[in-house]
Amino acid sequence: MATTERAPAITSTTTATPTPTPTPTPTLIDFEHVQLTYPNGTIALSGVDLTVRRGEFVTVVGPSGCGKSTLLRIASGLETASEGTATVNTGRVGYVFQDPTLLPWRNVQANVELLAELQWDTQAVRREKARRAIELVGLSGFEKHLPRQLSGGMRMRASLARSLTLDPELFLFDEPFGALDEITREYLNDELLKLFVEQQFAGLFITHSVSEAVYLSTKVVVMSGRPGRIVDTFDVPFPMPRDPDIRYTGEFAALVGEVSHALRAGHGA
Amino acid sequence: MSTEGMIEHREAGQEIAPTTVAPVPLRRRGRRGGIASWGPPVAVAILMIAGWYFVGSVLLDPSKSYLMPPPHAVLAVYFDPDVAPDMYEALWNTATVALTGLLVAIVLGVVWAIAMNQAKWIERSLYPYAVILQTIPILALVPLIGFWFGFDFFARVIVAILIALFPMVSNTLFGLQSIDAAQRELFTLQRANRWIVLKKLQFPAALPAIFAGMRISAGLAVVGAIVGDFFFQRGTPGIGALISKYTARLESDALFAAIILASLFGVVVFWFFGWLGRRVVGKWYDFA
Ligand SMILES: Nc1ncnc2c1ncn2[C@@H]1O[C@H](COP(=O)(O)OP(=O)(O)OP(=O)(O)O)[C@@H](O)[C@H]1O
Ligand SMILES: [Mg+2]
Repeated sequence: MATTERAPAITSTTTATPTPTPTPTPTLIDFEHVQLTYPNGTIALSGVDLTVRRGEFVTVVGPSGCGKSTLLRIASGLETASEGTATVNTGRVGYVFQDPTLLPWRNVQANVELLAELQWDTQAVRREKARRAIELVGLSGFEKHLPRQLSGGMRMRASLARSLTLDPELFLFDEPFGALDEITREYLNDELLKLFVEQQFAGLFITHSVSEAVYLSTKVVVMSGRPGRIVDTFDVPFPMPRDPDIRYTGEFAALVGEVSHALRAGHGA
Repeated sequence: MSTEGMIEHREAGQEIAPTTVAPVPLRRRGRRGGIASWGPPVAVAILMIAGWYFVGSVLLDPSKSYLMPPPHAVLAVYFDPDVAPDMYEALWNTATVALTGLLVAIVLGVVWAIAMNQAKWIERSLYPYAVILQTIPILALVPLIGFWFGFDFFARVIVAILIALFPMVSNTLFGLQSIDAAQRELFTLQRANRWIVLKKLQFPAALPAIFAGMRISAGLAVVGAIVGDFFFQRGTPGIGALISKYTARLESDALFAAIILASLFGVVVFWFFGWLGRRVVGKWYDFA
């Protein structure tokens, strides 16, 4: 009953989403009516429409278990949509998992080189890619450290650096900072934004924190409980090299409030 | 972004928070030295020797002292020119058998586990036999092995292999399968083939388990070699053959000396593989 009532609302928000600007920026992710049913019958996603263009940083918030990770798994090719079409228009996709997933026997340098190694880059190329990525995330000087010798935040940076070596056009983040304390998280948010502005990738980011979502993104997407569908989309108007102090402005707080509200409405289904 | 910023910004409650670029020293097991590490086992040894003397000279009737010869008499055997050379040679023979068997068991066990890890159907076909290897009473099989392979070096090595193989198979398999799903996906996303995954992910991840298996197998290989000696006394006799000879002749001093020597050898082998494991994986894994 509740679902049938909301169904038209979903279509209206999603049709309202497409391009506010007519510029022909390339679409990197284009999901149309994507549904995913896991082999055990769990319907994780249902009727998801989502586009991510170059220059966009889209953040997805939604209740636990609503299919956010599943969304990224489809975008990365780890899962295939059961219904609908999921188009990803680039081969250079970076994927940052919730855990740093570093190989404990490799030091930072070797961990960051891993993806380039798997792509059969020569050693010189690997080194150079890793050096640049390590510098970008501010881990220079820690190349010889093993993961166990790093703090949680530093491990996450190493993980980020590893993905950066792919020079991704599209960057997928699955709650990368969820396990970190507030201060570290805010700090890494700023670092990530700096990378976003410098590297010009498109971002699809998942988080449980609404303020993190609003702070990082150009667009916030709110999902409902399982099966996940997109119930609301918010454009974030703040200009891109973002001033950390916007977090304390009234407009920021108001937007956080709106998103939280939509999140709660979608959750209470 | 500046390095200083990052250093200032380290997480609270973190066990290791590197504030300098120098590597953080890690606590290493068995590296502590000092009385704390060797004191307790030495104390236990002293207690045991005291108990041994007590049983042999106080509790035991002097006519039955051969049941428990005093420690100094046992120690004297190691310097007895009539007995000691034979014993060392026998130990050497047993060691050759044990180490040959262990080497084969390690290679065979790792290959077996890797094969099982390649496909579920291979695992389903081969795993029951690994389990049988463990559950079958090898002692009952030993005479058969003698019939099939003779009563010499070769048969003794087979016994050592049979006894030492299972921990290598099961530990390696466990290690290969212990990798994290997300780590595996990292490789999948780069379209790494299974050999690359094996070489760069599964095998390194399995090393701690493999070394733990080696240590167990090493002890078992020594036991296997001695059991083999016991049954197959043709060719160069091993320490097991001597043990059965001394038993038959009630030469208890020499019997005790031989048993202790064999045990010490087992300890050395066990210790060696522990050391090797720490050397290889100790940097990133707390190898107990
Ligand atoms: N391999 C799988 N097989 C069956 N069901 C699955 C599988 N993976 C996930 N699910 C189910 O699909 C739903 C969506 O899972 P998903 O991991 O995408 O959620 P999520 O939104 O990322 O949750 P969280 O916020 O807790 O990370 C969940 O109910 C989960 O139990
Ligand atoms: Mg998730």
